Amino acid sequence: MDGFGPVVEEPNEPPFHEPWEGRVLAMQRALGYAGLWTIDQSRASLEALDPVTYLSSSYYANWFRGVEHRVQSHGLVGADEIAAGRSLRPGVTLPRTLEPAGVAGLKRGEYERPASAPARFAAGDRVRTRNLNPVTHTRLPRYARGKTGVVEAIRGCHVYPDTAAIGAGENPQWLYTVVFDARELWGDDADPATRVSIEAFEPYLEPA
Amino acid sequence: MADHDHEHGSELGEMQLRVRALETILIEKGYVDPAALDAIVETFETKIGPRNGARVVARAWSDPDFKMRLLAGGTAAVNSLGFQSPVGSHLIVVENTPREHNMVVCTLCSCYPWEVLGLPPVWYKSAPYRSRAVRDPRGVLADFGVTLPADTDVRVWDSTAETRFLVLPMRPAGTEGWSEERLAELVTRDSMIGTGLALTPAVPS
Repeated sequence: MDGFGPVVEEPNEPPFHEPWEGRVLAMQRALGYAGLWTIDQSRASLEALDPVTYLSSSYYANWFRGVEHRVQSHGLVGADEIAAGRSLRPGVTLPRTLEPAGVAGLKRGEYERPASAPARFAAGDRVRTRNLNPVTHTRLPRYARGKTGVVEAIRGCHVYPDTAAIGAGENPQWLYTVVFDARELWGDDADPATRVSIEAFEPYLEPA
Repeated sequence: MADHDHEHGSELGEMQLRVRALETILIEKGYVDPAALDAIVETFETKIGPRNGARVVARAWSDPDFKMRLLAGGTAAVNSLGFQSPVGSHLIVVENTPREHNMVVCTLCSCYPWEVLGLPPVWYKSAPYRSRAVRDPRGVLADFGVTLPADTDVRVWDSTAETRFLVLPMRPAGTEGWSEERLAELVTRDSMIGTGLALTPAVPS
């Protein structure tokens, strides 16, 4: 989409504009640690928000909606409890719970997995992204579908978001940095001295 | 204040109530430890921020061997510095040169190298940046007051998977012999995202 106007930076912006935002982040992290859903499912639940809500709400308001939805869809909390604003029955047992001492060591998750086949592409290969338009989660952005570029680097074999987001398994795939000329993406009027890259999973690519 | 990104009046009150209610339920059910929640908030308010990234940049400017290792593998090099919070895998550091300026975005959500930069600013996560960084990066730079030389190319990195990108800005002139601590003060968060340049030394009055 276009037409969102200039990028506006708030000087000396605090990490959280209101205390509730920090609580939302903390709940998201702590529940993520419990291991009930994947980061791909988290992202997919945000993408499932209706566009008007998504675009007109703050970042953490949308995150909160995602958390509130996921705790219900995973059977942790009932809709009646959300409505009542308090717990009405004992909780279920979680695989693990984040302890305060574990907070300092928190880092991004590890998504690299052993490969089941050699990488299909090598650095320097010309590739074209497929015109994939799934109704479910994908990490191939719309602006980069059906476009020709060059593999710049191989980033290892990783959990494949398109399947992980819908509970269809990790299904690890090779990941590549693919770089495109801006004119390939946006037309002949685009800046000839600009390039854009994406991180593309192997199923998104075909030889060009 | 960015109007699109801040709740107003009654909606603010509603969010406070809903968030507090959910947190209460999660604690009552034993799903989350309130002390762990407090620790997470404190971590992101006080412990993790762009100062870590600035130290990485200052080290790279000062130590050619470290810079080489950093560009070859960001995760291992940054973790060798022994910061309190470890950096996850696949941190890629991309170097600005007079030939090419790098800019990092996540068009699909808000992926960001938070271990070295802290939480992303509101603008990074918002529709204007996410949509225009890949479409018109020089226009975005203009929004930030940055004009590149005419012969500098632009390279935009869309963080669509778990690779994370940190920009190594160019070292400003006039900083020869500076300590790493002093150099780090020139490294802004925006310069490590690619929407800004490192600060130049203040001209003595």
